[in-house]
Amino acid sequence: MRGQTEALEHQHIVRAFDEELARLTSAIVEMGGLAERQVADAVRALSERDVELAARVIQTDRQVDALEEQIDQDVIKLLALRQPMAIDLRLIAMALKISNDLERMSDYAVSIAKRSQRLTDQAELKPLQHIPRIGQACLAMVKDVLDAYVERDADKAGAVWHRDKEVDEQYTSLFRELVTYMLEDPRTISTCIDLLFIAKNLERIADHATNIAEKIVFIIHGTEINRPRHEVE
Amino acid sequence: MGAQRAATVLEVKPNREHHPAVKSRVKDLNFYYGKSQALKRINMEIYEHAVTALIGPSGCGKSTLLRCFNRMHDLTPDTHYEGEIRLYPDDVNIVSSEVDPIEVRMRISMVFQKPNPFPKSIYENVAYGLRVRGIRNRTELDGRVEAALRGAALWEEVKDRLDEPGTALSGGQQQRLCIARALATDPEIVLFDEPTSALDPIATASIEDLIISMAGSVTVLIVTHNMQQAARVSTYTAFMYLGELIEYGPTNELFTRPRQQRTSDYLTGRFG
Repeated sequence: MRGQTEALEHQHIVRAFDEELARLTSAIVEMGGLAERQVADAVRALSERDVELAARVIQTDRQVDALEEQIDQDVIKLLALRQPMAIDLRLIAMALKISNDLERMSDYAVSIAKRSQRLTDQAELKPLQHIPRIGQACLAMVKDVLDAYVERDADKAGAVWHRDKEVDEQYTSLFRELVTYMLEDPRTISTCIDLLFIAKNLERIADHATNIAEKIVFIIHGTEINRPRHEVE
Repeated sequence: MGAQRAATVLEVKPNREHHPAVKSRVKDLNFYYGKSQALKRINMEIYEHAVTALIGPSGCGKSTLLRCFNRMHDLTPDTHYEGEIRLYPDDVNIVSSEVDPIEVRMRISMVFQKPNPFPKSIYENVAYGLRVRGIRNRTELDGRVEAALRGAALWEEVKDRLDEPGTALSGGQQQRLCIARALATDPEIVLFDEPTSALDPIATASIEDLIISMAGSVTVLIVTHNMQQAARVSTYTAFMYLGELIEYGPTNELFTRPRQQRTSDYLTGRFG
């Protein structure tokens, strides 16, 4: 894989530039780690009816936002001072977009956590059992895409990209099931709507993981995955 | 890697879908200073009415290649060319010993690193090349001097002081005077060798603006150490290293996603 693309193993003549890039990358990784944990905890808080865990997910949002701000500032400084080219330019520009995707993921996790708090005093519905399944599929995508970022592995990123389809299908099937529930018993509507939004949030989290996968491929190869997602071999 | 690179060099040509006509074609060009080979089998097409930048570290051969285009090396003893630089539309090999270098320089003019106006008036600096070409008619001279000075974005600043010495102008103005001098004879190609490295940022910006605006009517070849400058002014960029053409393509592609590791290392400041 390496031979075809631009490698980063050579150091910059200006060593401070290497340090700045390392700081930027580690901020992304840290942000990714926080968002990943938020998603995992939000799903667990929901299935285990853990209000405190949900509160922790909500609190973590501030840290994620602070990291996003730091990344914004670092990127602007790097662009202004280093005038990056080629792979450096792609890495830096994509840091800005990836941090945005991670921030969105974190927001969706917060949204799930808030709904889970509301659902604790509701009677449990069967469709709730499907949420952790979607949650695990999303979480696996988030984890793998972060690994792909750290390892600069375009193949791994590509694999994540293809998995978005599975989450979409799971979401669609859960959507149908929830609609059936609501039709059968209107008293479940309120709970079902919450579950529906939670499932939608998870589906969006997977979309952002997919976006990040595209950006990793762009960083490494300088090309876009821009064909309709499900048509790509 | 060696064989792979050689194969790639042979096919380095910009995407041919929407480029302008070919103004000049470099074919298997080798150049030697004595026994030392400074250019190694260069093959590239220069596109008409576009700006092509040559970049690469010191000693890579970019200035040597530029100077081949108006036979500047003829002034240096013990140098020789192999291969061809064909100039179109008439398809003449301008590095052939049978072609008079004076003829070549009539068609391909050059602007150097340091502004070098003649120790003459502003007017005479521009009119000089025209007079050499036998133009004596004062009205025609006046018209062409003005057109060249306008072309070099200098007319408004000097129109009331055409008799003052060219050397009395500021550095940036002197360089624009040299550009006017180069433009006066309606060259087909203008060569720029580091045209702004002796100028401040404001004068540099005005020269860059001028180069970009020239591109519609004349073919420009520019050597620059300033990669951002190459990125700003050129449509095509060639990266050279150790006398070889490593990569050649549309500027925006070369600077954002170079195909060769060497290019990437150079652009990103990773050259060890």
